[in-house]
Amino acid sequence: MTNSRTMRVLQAVAGMVVLAAGWQILSYVFSHYLFPPVPEIISRTIEVLITGSLLVDVLLTAGRIFGGLFGAFILGSILALVIGQSKTAENFIAPVLTFFQGIPALSWVVFAIIWFHGIEFRVLFIMVMTTLPAFTFQILDAFRSMSKDLFEMTMAFRPSRWTLFRFLIVPTIVPGILTAWKVNLGNAARVVVVAELVGATGGVGYQLLRQQQLFDMAGAMAWTLQLVLFVLVVQQTINAIENWALRYRAVSERAM
Amino acid sequence: MASADPVIRFRDVSKSFRRPDGRGDFVAVDKLSFEIGKGEIVAVLGKTGCGKSTMFNIVAGLIEPSSGEARVIGHDPFREFAFFRGKIGIVFQNDRLMPWRSALDNVRLGLQILDTDAGHANESARQWLMRLGLSGHENDYPHALSGGMRQRVSIARAFAVDPEILLCDEPFSSLDEMTARDLRAEFVRLVRLNNKTAVFITHQINEAMEIGDRVLVFHHPARIAYETRLDASTSEEKRRTMHDDIMRVLSVEQAPT
Ligand SMILES: Nc1ncnc2c1ncn2[C@@H]1O[C@H](COP(=O)(O)OP(=O)(O)O)[C@@H](O)[C@H]1O
Ligand SMILES: [Mg+2]
Repeated sequence: MTNSRTMRVLQAVAGMVVLAAGWQILSYVFSHYLFPPVPEIISRTIEVLITGSLLVDVLLTAGRIFGGLFGAFILGSILALVIGQSKTAENFIAPVLTFFQGIPALSWVVFAIIWFHGIEFRVLFIMVMTTLPAFTFQILDAFRSMSKDLFEMTMAFRPSRWTLFRFLIVPTIVPGILTAWKVNLGNAARVVVVAELVGATGGVGYQLLRQQQLFDMAGAMAWTLQLVLFVLVVQQTINAIENWALRYRAVSERAM
Repeated sequence: MASADPVIRFRDVSKSFRRPDGRGDFVAVDKLSFEIGKGEIVAVLGKTGCGKSTMFNIVAGLIEPSSGEARVIGHDPFREFAFFRGKIGIVFQNDRLMPWRSALDNVRLGLQILDTDAGHANESARQWLMRLGLSGHENDYPHALSGGMRQRVSIARAFAVDPEILLCDEPFSSLDEMTARDLRAEFVRLVRLNNKTAVFITHQINEAMEIGDRVLVFHHPARIAYETRLDASTSEEKRRTMHDDIMRVLSVEQAPT
């Protein structure tokens, strides 16, 4: 187990090393303002992380991602609950959500700018609208994965609604919800930089826009890496929570 | 309520389901009437698809009869949902353990739902696991237990709430015969020792005769086609005759269509 894990990490590192080496070669061939050398990108990335005034932008974006996801999670849970209770509600709501799924993030940016004033509210609106449909469908799937057998078994003890929720529903939907958070986190991290084009005066999206105006490729890379690192860290955290929450599962010794 | 009142009473109970293709109804239970008294162990025998589980679900209050009257301890099991808290213990065909709970926590489930004091629930669950020969496995998750052990946990879970009635729907049919025989004997011993009333559904004649004080044979759709009583003093010869009679009744029954 430990071996295959070490192996996986090594392979992942090897892939990144090859990518970095390729980039480094390009930096010898082309001008540095097109392909800045890898050490420069790394030092700029670290600079953002250790400079308080810059780190604030990363944290601001992280806050916007979490805010949007949290809003979409709450709204999505309510919608999933309503849809789960009635087929009619599903027939009304599901097509609307599917329709929303087809709207590009940039369109939401335009709508938000026209409709609303506050920057943070615009960003929140965009984040929620872009992640809500997938979140709702995933929560709904988690609900529907509940076993009829376990439901009947539990009902035979005559639980109150709250007890049923605590003892059966929560444990059944937790795996699906953790997966939904992981998937939507990736989406949200990609959308947030677009959402920050609504006139935000801070955040990774704002910084990226500035690097473009300055024609600073190393800076653009450094800010991009902030988001990538952020997603990796949070996903690993969710993985850890998942491993803990699902520790009861049988582990197959044979890799698939 | 006088002690002579039946614990379970069905009067002309019918249950029909809508056909999946929407063309009319399908009768699973057909004017079924019977009574089960306190302390009885009744085996219900019938072919697959004859409506045994449907009858069982009516007693358990999980579904409502289409017509007729079902009473358990004098109450309507479907309508008076809350009345039956802690009064019925169920062992299903498959163990239905919660995979995220350890053996001990699975046994504690009913006690937790009944709001039993945590310390007491723990102690009681531990003892039931011990009685079913599972000491040392308290903290094992279901996936780490064998099929027989899992079904033992589910029996412990049903007994732990100290219910008046135990309902079992073919609980040992997926186990090998050796394990099933051990568990049958164990089950009957526990029911008698704790003075419970039990309904035990099966499709095996031998199992029905081994467990029941009384055997009800179901027609297809469910109503009583044959009924007999037996106990420890019933002679080998009489048992053989009963067995043959039951065989005959069952073979007359047409196979489910
Ligand atoms: N919820 C249901 N909807 C439709 N048909 C059902 C339902 N439950 C049972 N049936 C049908 O009723 C008949 C009796 O089923 P069941 O009670 O499970 O039989 P048994 O337990 O004796 O094998 C079967 O033909 C089954 O298909
Ligand atoms: Mg059945």
